[in-house]
Amino acid sequence: MNRLKNSPLALTILAAVIALAFSAAVTSIVLSLSGFNPPSTFQAMIEFGLEPDSVVNIVNRASTYYLAAVAVAIGFRMGLFNIGVDGQYRLAAMLAAAVGGAVALPPVLHQAVIILVAMLVGALWAGIAGLLKVTRGVSEVIATIMLNFIATGIIAYLLQNGRLGTQVAGSDNIGTEPIASSGRVGGIPYPGADLKIFGLVLLAVAMGVAFHIVVERTRFGFDLRATGLSPSAAVASGVDAKRMVVVAMLLSGAAAGLIGMPQLLGSSYSYGLDFPSGLGFVGIGIALLGRNKPVGIVFAALLWSFLDQSSQILEFNEIPKEIVAITQAAVLLSVVVVYEVVRRLGLRWQQQAVAAELADRDPSPKEVAA
Amino acid sequence: MSTTERPSGTGAAAPPAFELRGITKRFPGVVANRDIDLTVTAGTVHAIVGENGAGKSTLMKILYGMQRADEGTIKVGGQEVVFHSPADAIARGIGMVHQHFMLADNLTVLENIVLGAERLHGIGAKARRRVEELAGRYGMRVDTGRLVEELGVGDRQRVEILKVLYRGARILILDEPTAVLVPQEVDELFANLRELRREGLTVLFISHKLDEVLAVADEITVIRRGTTVATGLDPAATTSRELARMMVGSELPVPELRESTVTDRPVLQLRGLTVRDGTGRAVVDGVSFTIHAGEILGIAGVEGNGQAELVEAIMGMRAPDAGTILLDGEDITGWPTRRRREQGIGFVPEDRHRHGLLLESPLWENRILGHQTRRPNVKGPWIDRAGARADTRRIVEAYDVRTPGIDVDAGALSGGNQQKLIVGREMSGEPKLLIAAHPTRGVDVGAQAAIWEHLRKARAEGLAVLLISADLDELIGMSDTLRVILRGRMVGEVDPADVTPERLGSAMTGAPLEGEQ
Repeated sequence: MNRLKNSPLALTILAAVIALAFSAAVTSIVLSLSGFNPPSTFQAMIEFGLEPDSVVNIVNRASTYYLAAVAVAIGFRMGLFNIGVDGQYRLAAMLAAAVGGAVALPPVLHQAVIILVAMLVGALWAGIAGLLKVTRGVSEVIATIMLNFIATGIIAYLLQNGRLGTQVAGSDNIGTEPIASSGRVGGIPYPGADLKIFGLVLLAVAMGVAFHIVVERTRFGFDLRATGLSPSAAVASGVDAKRMVVVAMLLSGAAAGLIGMPQLLGSSYSYGLDFPSGLGFVGIGIALLGRNKPVGIVFAALLWSFLDQSSQILEFNEIPKEIVAITQAAVLLSVVVVYEVVRRLGLRWQQQAVAAELADRDPSPKEVAA
Repeated sequence: MSTTERPSGTGAAAPPAFELRGITKRFPGVVANRDIDLTVTAGTVHAIVGENGAGKSTLMKILYGMQRADEGTIKVGGQEVVFHSPADAIARGIGMVHQHFMLADNLTVLENIVLGAERLHGIGAKARRRVEELAGRYGMRVDTGRLVEELGVGDRQRVEILKVLYRGARILILDEPTAVLVPQEVDELFANLRELRREGLTVLFISHKLDEVLAVADEITVIRRGTTVATGLDPAATTSRELARMMVGSELPVPELRESTVTDRPVLQLRGLTVRDGTGRAVVDGVSFTIHAGEILGIAGVEGNGQAELVEAIMGMRAPDAGTILLDGEDITGWPTRRRREQGIGFVPEDRHRHGLLLESPLWENRILGHQTRRPNVKGPWIDRAGARADTRRIVEAYDVRTPGIDVDAGALSGGNQQKLIVGREMSGEPKLLIAAHPTRGVDVGAQAAIWEHLRKARAEGLAVLLISADLDELIGMSDTLRVILRGRMVGEVDPADVTPERLGSAMTGAPLEGEQ
């Protein structure tokens, strides 16, 4: 108990375990009510999830989830709700794919150009919401949600024959011009798997490291966190609130621009109608689950991805895989509650530690209870 | 009226309103209250005095059912009671007026009083009649139709008291009711309290202002370090010096400046500074003054007369609509807050939770706040953890911040220790100018004396200080120059050497000052 009191990390882990246990219980109840056997269902999911091909899929999907969650977390850490990560990454991926397919460049440079275009587009799209907020006082929540719809419309307009889209041979799909092999990123083989891990999983790792260093170790990161913890205290300390909003939105958007890259450069090579969508919203949940911390988000992204992947076995057993959506929702709901409880507990324990310290220093020992 | 009747606890015609025996409340590691014995005679004003942190608030929370005592018994009107929540206390006729008002600004007086007690008399004409009847009976003038946001502090307090009376309270607990009032409002409050007593109500009055306690109480109980050191004192037979000694175990520190250190080198100059609010009204209206190196300029005024806006304008948190601000002769009117801080303006904000601290961050990160571009906190764009931590330890040491370590969240410290950390932080880096808004509010006597001493020392070394305070003794004692602000205007200058708190209080409410001098 004492070790727990003194370690915020242990508390966080405990909170996550409690949330997981709760969601497992909820899922069990739902399974039982639907006439399935919870233990054997869980066992089947875990067995399937640990197969080599599943592991590759989990890691690949987690890398995009991770990037999405970091993009969201950058905003969250300063109290900005960038709900528009979804539109930002889709628009960024499409335009980057179009540029990548249109230019002929040597390797390395080719990939770099594609990634830069994606970051730039994401940053600009998010920056619109930032500018609206500081100049017109528009809530970034509303602005980014609206920008999601506008992004969808722009993509639908551009992704047509004769504009940026071309008919994909042998299907009804319309996509951008495929990126030449000079612009692709090779995969990393995984023992026993037919599939390969996206090379750009390393991009997600680099992103996590950069996020940690910038937020925890730099002056800018301090200003960002201070603004998130107390906007009024941050302003009094000399933080330029408006500039921070714009910069944070630009960074969040640039990170969002990366979300589609592992998929685009590692497997699709073209932005088509079948490009994964909705990752931005998943990112919000994962950022919440990972407490907006670089390491926490790793676990959250892997868990989410594992649940997604392992749910595919359910259909073989004629169990609706939507059951997993219930599990995910239960995790999120309970984690919000448990984290808050843990936060308050932590503060109370600290206050007691301070009170005890004061009592110890007190010159009259009578004050102290045994 | 049996105002001087000493509580005997036995044989009295009416049982005591409150009878506490051996109340003890432990928090892990400390005892907040220990063996409190207290008898409050019905129909009296009973004052409980003690310095900040002596355990008054905990005792109040126990009496009002917000916390339960670990040991001891409480009797109300002769019957032993156990309160599980404030609702139990209210059912027993106990009401509490908190130090910080709990009113909805955008509702009328009547709506505020009725809110949450709609079952008693509805929300219409019947409720209004009842409120007016109560107000009439206890001599409290209020306009039930006005919006609370239009009311002054004294009126708001009356609304709070009426709220409690409306719910049928016969015993009123007032927690530091005079902290937010000017002397004239205090007199009005005391007249109201006497009226309540005349009608047979019992008032429990918590304070650390001894003169006030002596003026209004029938009986006084002194609390020190969580226990009653004297109870049932007769105010006629004691003095504020005696009370102070009982309260702190030693003499009270006196705010005073020794020799003048004022130089002729201006540090801060304001010229016609004007700040308007959203509606275009000037909340700071053409303010001009100069603070020299080694000078403390005190600003006296009822809260809400433009002090906050003035401070924000000087700090660059709010753009002035007219006028200029000069620091060391340089025009800084257009500078952002950060640049002003870098040029040597320290800031002890009025509301330390809103403007001074990151409550959920450790102390060493709070050391960085407001100084995040300067050594020892940063090296280039990087946070210098080692430097910031070492300097936090220095502040903790030098300013006697009571904490188990510098990794504790700021929110875990007591208010006084938070304040010492802020003062220590703002005094580091050799500031030229310190904006100190209520620098000793809510801190214990020892810390108060220490903060005053630090101010005196820095002043001797040439620091210019703008001091804003609601504690008139502090203002008079610690200022070289004292000015009065009213509705955003500087309405007069008084000599701190020969002004009394009463005269200063009159000036703050707009009574003519020049005529008196």
